[in-house]
Amino acid sequence: MKTMLKQLAAGAVTALSLGLMAAPALAADTIRIGSFLSVTGPASFLGDPELKTLELYIDKLNEDGGLLGKQVELVHYDDGGDAAKARTFANRLLRQDRVDIIVGGSTTGATMAAVPLIQQAGVPFISLAGAETITTPVKKWVFKTPQSDRQAARRILMDMKERGLTKIGLISGTGGFGASGRNVTKEIAGDMGVEIVADETYNPKDTDMTAQLTRIRGTEGIQAILNFDFGQGPAIVTRNYDQLGIDLPFYQSHGVASDSFLELAGDAANGLRLPGSALLVADKLPKSDPQYEVLNRYKNDYESHYNEPVSTFGAYAYDGLQLAVRAIKKAGSTDKAKVRDALESIDGYVGVTGTYHLSADDHMGLDAESFRILEVKNGDWTLTQ
Amino acid sequence: MFSEFFQFSFSGITLGAIYALVALGFTLIYNASHVINFAQGEFLMIGGMGTVVLMDAGAPIYLAIPGAIVMAGIAGVLLHKLAIAPAKNADVVTLIIITIGASIFLRGLAQIFWGKDYHVLPAFSDTESLSVGGAVLLTQSLWILGIAALLVTALGLFFTRTALGKALLATSMNKDAASLVGIKTGAILTLAFGIAALLGAVAGVIVAPITFTAYDIGIMLGLKGFIAAAIGGLGSSTGAILGGLLLGLAEAYTAGYISSDYKDAVPFVLILAILFFLPNGLLGSRAVERV
Amino acid sequence: MATVNARTFDTQSKAPGLIGLFVVLALAPLLAANAFHYDLMIKICLTAMVAVGLNLLVGYAGQVSLGHAAFYAGGAYASALLTQNYQLAPLPAMLLAAVGVGAMAWLVGRPILHLKGHYLSMATLGLGVIAAIVINNEDQITGGPDGLAVAPLSVFGHELSVFGSYEWFGVAITGTQLWYLIAAGGLFLAVWLALNLIDSPLGRALRALHGSEIAAQVAGVDTAKYKLRVFVISAVYASVAGSLYAHYSGFITPDAASFGHSIELITIVVLGGMASTYGVILGAAILMLIPQFLTGFQELEMVLFGAILMAVMIFMPRGLVPTIARRFQKEAA
Repeated sequence: MKTMLKQLAAGAVTALSLGLMAAPALAADTIRIGSFLSVTGPASFLGDPELKTLELYIDKLNEDGGLLGKQVELVHYDDGGDAAKARTFANRLLRQDRVDIIVGGSTTGATMAAVPLIQQAGVPFISLAGAETITTPVKKWVFKTPQSDRQAARRILMDMKERGLTKIGLISGTGGFGASGRNVTKEIAGDMGVEIVADETYNPKDTDMTAQLTRIRGTEGIQAILNFDFGQGPAIVTRNYDQLGIDLPFYQSHGVASDSFLELAGDAANGLRLPGSALLVADKLPKSDPQYEVLNRYKNDYESHYNEPVSTFGAYAYDGLQLAVRAIKKAGSTDKAKVRDALESIDGYVGVTGTYHLSADDHMGLDAESFRILEVKNGDWTLTQ
Repeated sequence: MFSEFFQFSFSGITLGAIYALVALGFTLIYNASHVINFAQGEFLMIGGMGTVVLMDAGAPIYLAIPGAIVMAGIAGVLLHKLAIAPAKNADVVTLIIITIGASIFLRGLAQIFWGKDYHVLPAFSDTESLSVGGAVLLTQSLWILGIAALLVTALGLFFTRTALGKALLATSMNKDAASLVGIKTGAILTLAFGIAALLGAVAGVIVAPITFTAYDIGIMLGLKGFIAAAIGGLGSSTGAILGGLLLGLAEAYTAGYISSDYKDAVPFVLILAILFFLPNGLLGSRAVERV
Repeated sequence: MATVNARTFDTQSKAPGLIGLFVVLALAPLLAANAFHYDLMIKICLTAMVAVGLNLLVGYAGQVSLGHAAFYAGGAYASALLTQNYQLAPLPAMLLAAVGVGAMAWLVGRPILHLKGHYLSMATLGLGVIAAIVINNEDQITGGPDGLAVAPLSVFGHELSVFGSYEWFGVAITGTQLWYLIAAGGLFLAVWLALNLIDSPLGRALRALHGSEIAAQVAGVDTAKYKLRVFVISAVYASVAGSLYAHYSGFITPDAASFGHSIELITIVVLGGMASTYGVILGAAILMLIPQFLTGFQELEMVLFGAILMAVMIFMPRGLVPTIARRFQKEAA
C-alpha cells in the first residue's frame, strides 16, 4: 500500500510538472529565436557575453519595429557547459517552444550534441562554437559564425612562418577549446613548414604552469611558444612566462582576445601576439576600414549598456543574430527552408568577426585571413600589419 | 639540468604552499568534529572574492582584506549553526552530503551576487620573484609558506596552551564526556568552524595573487587541499603542511619529468595510495576504532 | 550509526508496488504533449535506473560512492566504441560493456571496500575523477572533451532510432515513443530485479551490515563478499543505463563521468530516500525537472540545488519519500 502510494506520488509529480510546462498558446505574431548557451559553468566566458549580446540587440530590433513587422522573442536556456543538458534544451526549443531559428551552442560539445536533433527537425541553426567539424562536412541546417580552430591555427602559423619561427612549443589546456586547438595545430604544422618540438598540457583550473613552461624552454632549438586555451588559464601561463623570464616570441589563440585577459595578465602580456578580430582595436582603425563602423557601433553599444569590456565571443552572437535577421528579411518569411536558402546566399555581410561569404559549400563564410594579428603593447591591443 | 630541477621544485613548493594552507582549515574542523568540510574551499573563495568586492565598492585593500576575512568567519559560524548542528547525530554520509550541499550553495550565492568573472589581486611584495640557482621563486610563495608556518605554530599553541583550545580537543575526543565536564560543546564547535573559515579566507587572500580569484576557485583548491590534508593525516596540522608540500612537489615533478597530460591524476592516485597503504596518512594517529 | 527502521525494509509482497509502477509508467505518455516531454520522461527513466542501483549500495548497504558517474560513463563509452570501431551490434555491445564495467568494479572494489565512512568516499571520489581524466585525455580513442557520436540502437538488425517512424501491429509509433517503451521497460526490469535482490540472502546480508558491520561479521556474514557484490551490481546498473543513454542521445561527452554528475546521482538517492527503491525514482524525476522549471532563473539553480541537499539531509535524512510515507503511517495508525 505504502509503495503504491509512493508510486502514485511519483506519477503525480511528473504529471503536474509536465502539465505546468505545457507550451503557452503560440502567439502567431512573434518571431521566435531560440538559443541554448553556456551562461554558467566552465564555458561562461563564452556564453555570458553571447547572451548579453543577443538580449541587447533583440531589444534594439524590437524598438526599431521588429522584423517583418513582428516583434522578436528570444527563448534562451542555459546548458551550464554540459552537452547533455544542451541537447535537452535544444529539444525543448524545437519541440515545445517551436522556435523559428536557433542561434546558440557556445561550445563544440553542446553544438554537436544538438545537431542530430536540429537536422531532423529541419530548423536553421547558427552555432557559436569553434571546431571545424561543425560545418565540415557541410550539414544542411547547420551554420556557424566563429572561424574554426583550424583557421586560427593556420593564421598563427602563417605569422610565425613570416617571422622565421619554425620550431615551436605548444602548451594547451585540456578542455574542449584547448584540446581541439592543439590537435589541429599539430595536424597542419607540418604542411605549413613548422615543427612542433614540445607539447605540454595543463588542466584549465590549474594555478601554476611553470613546470610545463620550463620543460618547453629547455627543448633544443625552440624558437617560439603557442598557448591554445581560453579563460584564466592562459593568463596564468602568460604570467608564469614573464616570471620565468622566457624571452621567446609568445603567441596566444583567439580564445583570449578580450580586455579581461589583459586585466588578469597585466604587464606580462606585453609583446605577445594573437589572431583576433579587429574588435579590440576598433577605435584605432582607419575610418576607411570596411569594418570600422560595425566594430565601433558594437563596442560602444555593448560597453555602454553593460559596463564591461566587449568580448570576441559576444561578437559571434552578434554576427549570428545579424545573419539570422538578414536571412529572414531576405526570405520574407520564417519558412525554415526559405530562411536556410537565404542564409546560404548571404555574400559580403560585413560583420564584427569578419566579412562573411556564405554559400552552399561553405556554411561558415570566413577564411583564415579574416583574422588580424594583434600585438599587446603597453597593456593595450595594437594591430600589426 | 639543475636549474630545471630547482625550477620544478620551486613550482612544487608554490603549489604545495597553497595546498598546505587550505589543508590546515580541513584539519582544524576535522580535529574538532570529525567532519570533513567539503565547503572549506568556499571559505577561500569568500576571502579572495570578498576582498575584490569590497575594493570595488571603494574600500582600500588593507580594510578590504580584514573585511573579507570577517565575512568568511561569519559564513563559517552560520554553516555550523544552520547546517551541521541541526543534523545532530547524523552519520558520516549525511554530514559529507550536507557540506557538499553547503559548498554548492555558497558557490551559487557568489555566482549570483559577485559574478562569474576572474579577478586579480596584487602580490604582497614589490619584487615579485627571486632568482635562485638559475630558477625563479615567487616571493608570494615565501609569504604563503611563512604564514602557513606561523598559523601552524599558532594553532599548536592554541590547542595545547589555551583553555579554549583544550576544550576543543576534548570535544573532539569525546563529545559527551566533554559536555559532562561543563564544556559548551555546541559553542566550541561553532567556534572551530569560525576559525577554520577565517583560516580559509586568509589562505584565499594570500594565494589569490597567484591563482586569481572567482566564484568557483574553491572547487579545485578545496579538493586538492582536502587530499593534502588526508595525505598528511587528517587531524595533524604539521601533516597538513607536509601533505600539501608533498602533493605540490609530486604534481610539479610529474609535469616536469613524466607527462603533463596526467599531472591531473596525481592527487587522486596519491590519495588512493595513501588510503590503501597508510589510511591514516603520514602523520595521522593510528586510531583504534571502537567497536 | 544511523538507526535502521525495520519497516523501511518491507518484505511484504512486491506486487502492489510493481503494479503501481506499471500503471504510472503506462499512463505517463498521456501527459506527453510533444517529443520534448517524452525526452524528459526517457531521461528520468534512465537516470532512475542508475539511482535504483546506486540505492542498493548507498541506501541498503550504507556504502557511499562519490564516483558512480564513472561507471555510467564507462558503459556509455564502451557501447559507443564497440559499436563504432568493432562493428558490434548494440545489444551485445551493451552486454560486453556491462561485463567490462562490472569487472572493473570488482577489481577496484576489492581493495577499497575495506575502507569505511569518509575514507571510502575519498577513495570513490579519487577513482571517479581519475576515470574522468582518462576519458578526457585519451582523445584519440574517446574523442576527448568535445565528445563522441554514437550509432543508434538496433535490435536484431532493426534500427530503433529516435528519428525513425515505425509501425507496430498497424499502429504508427515514433522513434521517441519507442524509446520511451524501452526506457520505461528497462526501469521496470531494474526495479523488479532490485526488489528481488533486497529479498534475497544478499539483501538480508546488506541490511545486517548496514546496521553494524562488526555485528554482522560476528554473526557469520561474509560482509566483504556481499559489499563487493552489491558494488558490482550497482556498477552494472549504471553501465546499462549509460549504454542506453548513449544510443538514445547519439552523443556523449566526458561530462558524463564528472564529479558533478556523481553528486547529482547521490543527491537523487538521498532526496528520494535511502533504501527506498520507488523513492529514488521520484528523486530522479524531481532532479531532472528542476532545471526545466528554473529556466530564466538559471543562476538560482546552483543555490537551490545546494539548499535542497542541505535541507533534505538535515530535516529528512531518510529522504523525501520515506519521511512522508512514515507521516502517513503515523496518521493512519
